[in-house]
Parts: sequence; C-alpha cells; structure tokens
Amino acid sequence: MVQKIDTLIESASQTAGPYVHIGLMPTYAGNGGSFETEVGTDPIAGKIEGEIIEIVGSVFDGTGWALRDVLIESWQCDANGLFPGQDGADPNFTGFCRFAADAETGEYTLRTVKPGSYTGRNGVESAPHISLWIVSRGINIGLNTRIYFSDCDNSGDPLLGRIEQRPRVDTLIARKTDDGRYRFDIRLQGEGETVFLDI
Amino acid sequence: MSEHAIPDHGRLIPRDRTVHPAPRDPEYKTSVTRSPNLPLLSMESSPSEETGPTFGHGLLGKLDNNLILNFSQGAAPALGERILMHGRVLDQDGRAVPNTLVEIWQANAGGRYRHKKDTYFAPLDPNFGGCGRTITDENGYYEFMTIRPGAYPWPNRGNDWRPMHIHASVFGHSFGQRLITQMYFEGDPLIDHCPIAATIKDRASLDRLVAPLDFSKSRPLDYLAYKFDIVLRGRRQTMFENKLEGM
Ligand SMILES: [Fe+3]
Repeated sequence: MVQKIDTLIESASQTAGPYVHIGLMPTYAGNGGSFETEVGTDPIAGKIEGEIIEIVGSVFDGTGWALRDVLIESWQCDANGLFPGQDGADPNFTGFCRFAADAETGEYTLRTVKPGSYTGRNGVESAPHISLWIVSRGINIGLNTRIYFSDCDNSGDPLLGRIEQRPRVDTLIARKTDDGRYRFDIRLQGEGETVFLDI
Repeated sequence: MSEHAIPDHGRLIPRDRTVHPAPRDPEYKTSVTRSPNLPLLSMESSPSEETGPTFGHGLLGKLDNNLILNFSQGAAPALGERILMHGRVLDQDGRAVPNTLVEIWQANAGGRYRHKKDTYFAPLDPNFGGCGRTITDENGYYEFMTIRPGAYPWPNRGNDWRPMHIHASVFGHSFGQRLITQMYFEGDPLIDHCPIAATIKDRASLDRLVAPLDFSKSRPLDYLAYKFDIVLRGRRQTMFENKLEGM
C-alpha cells in the first residue's frame, strides 16, 4: 500500500434552483425586510474614484431565450487596480455586486466602477475586467466568466491570450454603447457561446 | 496599473469536476439548454479568483440564523419539526474557514416556498420566510435553527419530487471558491429518486451532501440536530512558489 493522501474532497455543487432569490436577494423575491441589510446590493458605498459605468445585458439559453430567473455575482478591483482589502484600495468600493435578470424582460443591469488593470504573478498585466459567477435553475455548477471592455487595450491579457479560436475572444468583451454604458450578453450554449472558465 | 503588491496566498487547487454534477443531464430537463456545449477554458487562478468579498459579523441581525423566528421578528414561531442545522466550513486541507458568510433558503414544513412563482397547494406559513444567514466563527463553525422542510413535487418528468433539502450558499475567502449546494437528510427515501441529486454521478460525492442525525447536538424536548460540513476548494502552498502563509 502507498501512503494515504488525506486531503478532503470539495462538496459537490447543486443547482441554485428557481427560488435562489429567496435566500440571496430577498427583496427581489418579494420578501423585503427579511434581513436589515442585504449583501451585494451596491458595490459603490460612497464617493468613489474612477468612472461609474452601467453594463446591460441578458443571459440566453441554447434556444435564444433570455433567462428570467438568473442570478449573477460580480467581483473586481477598483479603478486603480486594487482589490478591496489591499493596501490603498478605495474604501468606498466593495468590489462585489449581486444582481438578477428582470423577471419580465430578462435584462440585467450592473452599475459599478470601471476596473483598472493589475499586475499579477511574474509581472504579467491583466487588462481591466470584472469576474462573474452565474447561477440559476438548470445550472448545476455556477459558471465563471469575465467582462472585458471594447475601449481598453486587451492585447496582452494572459487569459484572453489562451483562447485558441480568436473569434471567441469577442464573447468576453462588453461593447461600448454610449458614454459609460456597455452591452454584455452571455450565451450559455450554441452559436456565439460565451467562453466559461475553469479557474 | 498598481504598484501595490497583491498578497499572495497561493493558487487555488484546480476543481475536480468529477465530484460535481454533470452540467448537462437529460433527466434534469432544464439543464439541457442551460449547459455549455464547449469545454471550459482552463487557467491557473489569478488574483481575480484568489481574492474575494468579506463580510463582517456586524452585518447580521440577531435572528438572521433563526428561521423559526426571523420572519415574524420573534413574534410567533414557524410551524414544523424544529431542527438545528450545524457544521463547519473547511477547505480541502481540512483547515477551518472562519468568518465566511453562509446563506440558506428552503421550503416550509409543507414543501412550499415563499415565492410568487411557487403555486404548490401546500399553504404558506404566515410565520415562515425561508431564508437565513450567518458568518462562521473562528473555527469555521456555523449553526441555524429552522424547521424540517417538506418534500415537494416539481415539473420535470411525470412525477418528480424533491427530497427534503436546504439550499446553502458559501463564499470562502476567494471568489473562485464560491459554491452553492444542498443539504439532504439522512434516511430520506426520495434522495434516490431525485434527478437533481442524481446530476451528481459519483455516489460518494452525493452521500457527502446527506446530513446525519446528530444526537450530540440535539436538545432534549426541543429539537433534533443534523450535521452538515461543507468543504471548499483549497489553495496550493509550496515552498518554491510562495512564502508559506497561514490563512
Ligand atoms: Fe428547493
């Protein structure tokens, strides 16, 4: 017998189900007042450095239908490339937002600050991006992806550089539609399928 | 571009996706159109996944982890079998994950959710909202007082029923550890008939979501306890890449 590896195994994911909002966004579920303060309602907690932007989009299933019941979380650094908790990070920026598609239109809006770039390990610079985590009924394990920006230089980004089929890079780039406004649609499956990440 | 170094706590251990559900499972019909066809893009974790939001204990109201009382703000208890759901949040190295947010939601004792989309015949309980949250203590420990949720039918195949379950959402210390799972109850015969439980193909992995009855924490003449430990992804710590750092 060989020696035993005694690390634990990650708990299995299960779908968030159709009623995920009861737990994570009670006000959206019609149960406002369940908690005094809900988490992730606004990443901007006061006067903030940088450009405030709005990203609008939908999450489409394999038939082209926009999900009405999807819930998304975002996580990002501030305008200077600093993550909350890091020395010098903007004290009025939490980096985290939780939002849902509109139950009628299937469209979401994320209002946040435009992130800066940061330098990771080995001095490699990442282009500005926002990380997303997507859950809903029918999604058995939350999907990770990123939003990059059409008006930024994305050429040296280490993650985008790993996408072999170059046209697929576009699925991660929010298109500027106006000053401070972007469109970012997510396609779960099929034509134009968004690049999802295993990181 | 920032001159401030991002504290390096080590890369996340890659997910072993064989212990997780198949993203597409025809027996769970909704997953068929909501699962990617193409492989996920793999990359070692970066600061975006290794950092994550933190929440302070000051966030919590006194009754946030008591689903029996929190909807009525203490005025009247919810109907149902009183239970304690408790356990620890750990990482793959078996280390406690302290100060992390755990959120739960569930159906009432009759199997009905307080949600406009849920039209099941079982009545709403005027004193049950169905959501709770807490933050783990310094040893990664958490607990909730609640009632045993009812099983409920759902439209999928002809006659599908969800076993009794409590949905749980956990943060950990990095965005890449984010997890939503479900706690099932020891001895529930519906577990073996549920297409959502069956999206997990590895039986041992499903069994780890089944909480045993725990008499050591049950309180005589008051409530039964169920123990549910949650394991999140760990981080790689090597002598060569990083300074060894405690969490
Ligand atoms: Fe459920």
